[in-house]
Amino acid sequence: MSPLGYLDAAGTRAQTILPLTWFTLAISVLVCLIVGILLWLGVRRARSGGALETRSTAVEHGDSGLKWISVGLLISAAPLLLTLIWTMVALAAVSGPPKHPGLTLDVTAHQWWWEVHYASSQPSEVFTTANEIHIPVGVPVLVRLHGADVIHSFWVPKLSGKTDVIPGQTNLSWMQADQPGRYRGQCAEFCGFQHAYMGFEVVAESRVDFERWRDAELKPAPPPVTAAQTRGQALVQYRCGLCHQVRGTDAHAVSAPDLTHLMSRRTIAAGRLLNNPGNLAGWIEDPQGIKPGNQMPNQYLSSQQLSDAQAYLELLE
Amino acid sequence: MRPADYRTPTIGIDSAEHVAKLLRLWQGAPGLKGFFSSVDHKEIGKRYIITAFVFLALGGIEALIMRLQLAGPNLSLLTPEQYNELFSTHGMTMIFLYASPILSGFSNYLWPLLLGSRDMAFPRLNALGYWIYVASGIFLYAGFLTGNGPNDGWFNYVPYASRDYNPGLNEDFYSLGMVFLGISTTVGAANFIVTAFRTRAPGMSINRLPIMVWGTLTASAANLIVVPAVSLAFLMLWMDRQFGTHFFDPSGGGQPLLWQHLFWIFGHPWVYAIVLPAMGMVSDGLPVFCRRPLVGYSFVALSTVATMILGFGVWVHHMFATGLPGMGLSFFSGASIVITVPSAVAVFAWLATIWLGRPVITTAFLFFSSMILLFVIGGVSGFMTASVPVDWQLTDTYFVVAHLHYVLIGINLFPVVGAGYFWFPKMSGRMLDERLGRWNFWTMFLGFNLAFLPMHLTGLFGMPRRVYTYAEGMGWDTLNLITSIGSFVFAIGVLLFFINVAKSWKGGAIAGANPWDAPTLEWSVSSPPPPYNFAIIPTVASRHPLWEQRLDEGGAVSSLDRGMLLDSGKETIGTSALDAEPDMVLEMPGDSLAPLLLALGISILFVGLLLKIWPVTVLGGAVAALALLTWLWPRRELREREPARA
Repeated sequence: MSPLGYLDAAGTRAQTILPLTWFTLAISVLVCLIVGILLWLGVRRARSGGALETRSTAVEHGDSGLKWISVGLLISAAPLLLTLIWTMVALAAVSGPPKHPGLTLDVTAHQWWWEVHYASSQPSEVFTTANEIHIPVGVPVLVRLHGADVIHSFWVPKLSGKTDVIPGQTNLSWMQADQPGRYRGQCAEFCGFQHAYMGFEVVAESRVDFERWRDAELKPAPPPVTAAQTRGQALVQYRCGLCHQVRGTDAHAVSAPDLTHLMSRRTIAAGRLLNNPGNLAGWIEDPQGIKPGNQMPNQYLSSQQLSDAQAYLELLE
Repeated sequence: MRPADYRTPTIGIDSAEHVAKLLRLWQGAPGLKGFFSSVDHKEIGKRYIITAFVFLALGGIEALIMRLQLAGPNLSLLTPEQYNELFSTHGMTMIFLYASPILSGFSNYLWPLLLGSRDMAFPRLNALGYWIYVASGIFLYAGFLTGNGPNDGWFNYVPYASRDYNPGLNEDFYSLGMVFLGISTTVGAANFIVTAFRTRAPGMSINRLPIMVWGTLTASAANLIVVPAVSLAFLMLWMDRQFGTHFFDPSGGGQPLLWQHLFWIFGHPWVYAIVLPAMGMVSDGLPVFCRRPLVGYSFVALSTVATMILGFGVWVHHMFATGLPGMGLSFFSGASIVITVPSAVAVFAWLATIWLGRPVITTAFLFFSSMILLFVIGGVSGFMTASVPVDWQLTDTYFVVAHLHYVLIGINLFPVVGAGYFWFPKMSGRMLDERLGRWNFWTMFLGFNLAFLPMHLTGLFGMPRRVYTYAEGMGWDTLNLITSIGSFVFAIGVLLFFINVAKSWKGGAIAGANPWDAPTLEWSVSSPPPPYNFAIIPTVASRHPLWEQRLDEGGAVSSLDRGMLLDSGKETIGTSALDAEPDMVLEMPGDSLAPLLLALGISILFVGLLLKIWPVTVLGGAVAALALLTWLWPRRELREREPARA
């Protein structure tokens, strides 16, 4: 099926909505069919012609036809009422954020990437990553949404419907994955040039896998080993460090995705490319060609510089 | 419009001498001066229609370019910036410069003819409305053509529209252009309301109004209420951008959601304003081809008004995902589900009219009757989005794009083209070609459904709206290709309509006064109608003055060839609001250049505001003031200078 399709669900919140979606869809199709058939049968009685045929057909008052309206309305009332009630019930079930979330995330939407901050009462468990959200399966996750610039919308169709990210206010969303898997997310409110490719992934995994991932994320970047990696680190610090952060180095900026564990992520460029050496090099060289208008400038590195930078970045597991 | 005097108008019958007298009084001047000074509602109506179709063609070309870009994944015909300007301009064009003005055009042309009057209540205001529409359309397109078109969608959400994220002139063109256009909408709405209530033929009581009049009247009342909200919103945005007022800027204590409330309290009623008059066209046109009166006239008229009233209470359904509290959402969700009821009334009435009549298939009938199905498809998808939790998935995906195109094309364009086939003979005196008409209909109908029916699925498969491209492997490739092909077929269909009009304007079969044997007053006069519309002011005794001998509607007889002559000046009759009792003789103004001059002054003023060159703004204001002075200068022939004494 399609990665962003919402006719199947893998999380509690989306699952609760799904039957209502199917119900309203079925009612809708049924209504179209009934009206279509009535219209077809009605028009089939018609004679073909033009103005002459029209003029020569006698005008008659005929039946008042009010029964059509009253019966029609009576029949329509039942599905409307049912939908109304079901809507209110479903709304009550899925709208409220969980009272006791197993995990709380602060997600900040930027043009055009997602900053993901893992909140915790333990300062040692707090960290920041980007564009890939790991959550444990079976646990309600509270997502606090913060806007950094313009309006975006947080949407993981298989897990949960949309909640807008609006600067100046903190909106709440929540999700709970029922099965392990990778679920695609996407910005759903128009936000400028790279709205189309403002994607992310939610990785739902077992508690053990999640904790293993979290422990790895909490660590700073490993030190460079080879000469190329050392040169690469210097380059990354003074070039990439203008916008990016690599914890444990002098790259401290936070206006672009955190790169400390870049290699642990499956994709780069907010879900646009698979994270492999070729794509990574291509992205560093020509981000404006791949995602025109995005905030990362082309780097114009020599081939030596590029391979050094890549040698270092590939170290950031 | 001024009460002339309380004399009793002469009653009489038509004569050559009388007609010659009326012609002298009502005939516009020839040549350029006549063109620029005309206040004849028929002339203005035709101009509205032609201009709106030009914008339809422009918006259509924009759509086709976008469909080329979206025909496959990762195509690079357009840059993101070009795509964003195109989709924004496409929305602006179709919603503001086509869908509403086209209905104003038909209503302008038809209303006095439907109502048995010689012109709209305020002819000069009518001309002003048109000139402002053209000028603001050019203003908005000047931005687009200089690379400064709107680039934040027609909905124009802040903060993306603010100067921090949108430093160019794009949003200034759009903001000021919308305030500018709002003037046209407002004066037009005021004119329609007064016309409907005060200038009907004697005897045309409120329960005898054609449904199209109900539609436009309701829409006009709504426009008067909601256009100020959007004009204010755009003014505030412009001030935020140019004077740092921070109305919408959270870092300065402003509130981005304020924009959405102001925009949608306008935006949603506006959607009804651009479909209700078109539904009225179907309610009036369809019965002619079913050879019987519309089923449930009173219910359809009331449901028109009810739709609008409920329509004021559903704007939040555009904002279900903005984090508003659940309690508020449930109210708007309920209202949005309930609003399907009055729409359903109309659908059942149309179906019953076909079933209980003796339908004759003409091209107009095909457009009107197929609209019923398109209306229902657009309606039920709207019903789905009314359910908040479902909408959290549907919103901002292509499902909504499919929905809104079924609404706008299905309920606006299809009836409008049908109305073209139906009323073109009245406007031109010639019939449109029926054979070409069938090709026209089937190409449009099949192309439209090919393009937009699969698009529901594209949405259900999760494709977000307003994306300049998309990745492969998302399950959208084939669907998008089908939509692109369908959109070109559809465009060919629309082109066939234009070809038919061009071909038939001079070469169509002669129509005669009443080619369809239709029941309402416009068909009682020649095609095209004379400048004064009615030589004799008709007196109306039923809903179907031209069918009443055959229908037995209480034995009433309308009088079409004997009535008030009103030929001692450019005059028509003013009647009471509900019962249409004759009330006063109305002195109508002659042709005037003042509306054009005023529109010119306001245009200069807006250019000055856009460029922030204040002397230009002042100059524009001065021209506008001069025009107003000319306009309002008391005139003896309008009985504005001295008490009328015989």
